Amino acid sequence: MSEDSTFHHGGTGSANPIIELRDIEKHFGNVIALAGVSFDVRPGECHCLLGDNGAGKSTFIKTMSGVHKPTRGTIAFEGRPMSFASPRDAMEAGIATVFQDLAMIPLMSVARNFFMGREPTRGWGLTRRFDVEKANSVTMAEMRKMGINLRAPDQAVGTLSGGERQTVAIARAVHFGARVLILDEPTSALGVRQTANVLATIDKVRSQGVGVVFISHNVRHAMAVGDRFTVLNRGKTLGTARRGEITAEELQDLMAGGQEMAQLESTLGGTV
Amino acid sequence: MPTDDITAVDERLRTEPLLARLMKRPELGAIAGLVLVTVFFLLTANDAMFTLSGILNFMAPAAQLGVLAIAAAMLMIGGEFDLSIGSMVAFAGMIFGACVVNLGLPLIVAVPATLAVAALIGAANGLIVLRTGLPSFIVTLAGLFILRGLSLVGLKWLTGGSTQLRGVRDAAADDWLSPLFAGDAFGTLFRALAARGWIETFPNGEPKVPGVPVEVLWFVGLAALATWVLLRTPAGNWIFASGGDRNAAANSGVPVRRVKISLFMVTAGAAALLAVMQVLDAGSTDARRGFQKEFEAIIAAVIGGCLLTGGYGSAIGAFFGSIIFGMVVIGLTYTGFDQDWFQVFLGGMLLLAVIFNNAIRKRVTGER
Repeated sequence: MSEDSTFHHGGTGSANPIIELRDIEKHFGNVIALAGVSFDVRPGECHCLLGDNGAGKSTFIKTMSGVHKPTRGTIAFEGRPMSFASPRDAMEAGIATVFQDLAMIPLMSVARNFFMGREPTRGWGLTRRFDVEKANSVTMAEMRKMGINLRAPDQAVGTLSGGERQTVAIARAVHFGARVLILDEPTSALGVRQTANVLATIDKVRSQGVGVVFISHNVRHAMAVGDRFTVLNRGKTLGTARRGEITAEELQDLMAGGQEMAQLESTLGGTV
Repeated sequence: MPTDDITAVDERLRTEPLLARLMKRPELGAIAGLVLVTVFFLLTANDAMFTLSGILNFMAPAAQLGVLAIAAAMLMIGGEFDLSIGSMVAFAGMIFGACVVNLGLPLIVAVPATLAVAALIGAANGLIVLRTGLPSFIVTLAGLFILRGLSLVGLKWLTGGSTQLRGVRDAAADDWLSPLFAGDAFGTLFRALAARGWIETFPNGEPKVPGVPVEVLWFVGLAALATWVLLRTPAGNWIFASGGDRNAAANSGVPVRRVKISLFMVTAGAAALLAVMQVLDAGSTDARRGFQKEFEAIIAAVIGGCLLTGGYGSAIGAFFGSIIFGMVVIGLTYTGFDQDWFQVFLGGMLLLAVIFNNAIRKRVTGER
């Protein structure tokens, strides 16, 4: 996939950020995991957070999704200062995180996974029951919106490809009212074709007005779909660039922390 | 959503062959096994086995095992084991006997008290498993010995040296709740049928079968209830999810701890229910009751399609698994075979079921 993709790109700068984190620091005892991270997401954009292993991406995601509380710094949700007590708080505010394990159960059907923990019911008292028909039709419809035609809603998640599973997880988060969708390395374990599908899904989600946080260490995947790019290195953000203002090589250099990568590149021939 | 989407999908559904869809049902193995066993006994056993009295003859032990197996299947789907349920039958029987005989309580108090004690022990099992993170297999193996030992010691203490507590029948026979747990149901119906000559009778006109044993009704009722819970309630989805992947379930908002502890309580409660029925039926309680029933219940659940790793299985499967069991135990007496072949059969059936289930799981999850 090249830099000039056919994806629609959301206008940035027009809307106010849904969530804005400023100068976030997070210390674990003596270890300074985050040493000043600033990041924001606007509705309908895909903001890529790039960083090498150990740069602090995971800690930052967990801070954003309410797992960790920042040691220093401010979080503003829709302009108001906000402090999430738990992941559930963050979820209720509309911040959904799709972690790498996807929170999916292979032996269960797509529909049962889709509504796991949030089953629709009908009837009252003793006749209150899991509305299987509704769960099935909603799942089929939501998956169709994402461009995946399931054979049947009772198809087990284990029979889906990695990319399709990722899409189910994304569709589930969006269906349950995500306004900010944090995707933790959604393409890292996927093949070329499936990566393209997931990137297309991100594009669809963005066009619905959801702010997407795309975490990756793969510059090419980020360049394909991102509207803005922020590089995280050694626990600090090194600034944010808009699409078109920066090249893949520059991003790669920033992620690697400068010089050594540039020398490697001449032997490897291009971006990794 | 537009309706044409659904019809488009339905067309795709029909293209999947019926057999392929059936293959995905967890209870398929148990139904196939039941057909096989039925054919075997039709060929080898005395014709008396498949008369009305013959069928009820093997349904009674099937039902007694089934009450345990259905609960054990739900617990297995939830990802845990309970090896203490066999001993729990003896222990709950002792509690029940002591309530009725020593304390002279009516059944309306004694039965709920017995169930409550069992549920409490089940909850303790669950709490230990969840707190320590140890496999439930080992925690409840300890429970197997502790409860068996307590039943022996307790009964000797209650009776002054005997491991049997008699006199339950005298104390409870006239209780108005007794017909709910012991004896036969539909007696009037069976006498009416006999009077018209529709079922076999003794020379004096009494029907050969006095009615349907109540445990069979409990068995059918519990299988239906468990299936409803598993397939048609949010709690059922939580059970599958908790057994399928604990972390994924918890991250999606499923109250995994509550689900698992409730399942342990239900399983222990099922053992107590069986104890009440057995004690009322026999009129006495014995410290050897329920011996090795935990293994038989788990085998019936596995024959019924439950995976040992959790997250997959069915209550209907456990229902048929239990019937296979009852059929073989009783059926061998209608044939010329040595009854001890039963054990060989049991082991063989278990092995086949596990291999079969493993293949099914790979099919469902698309593993290669």
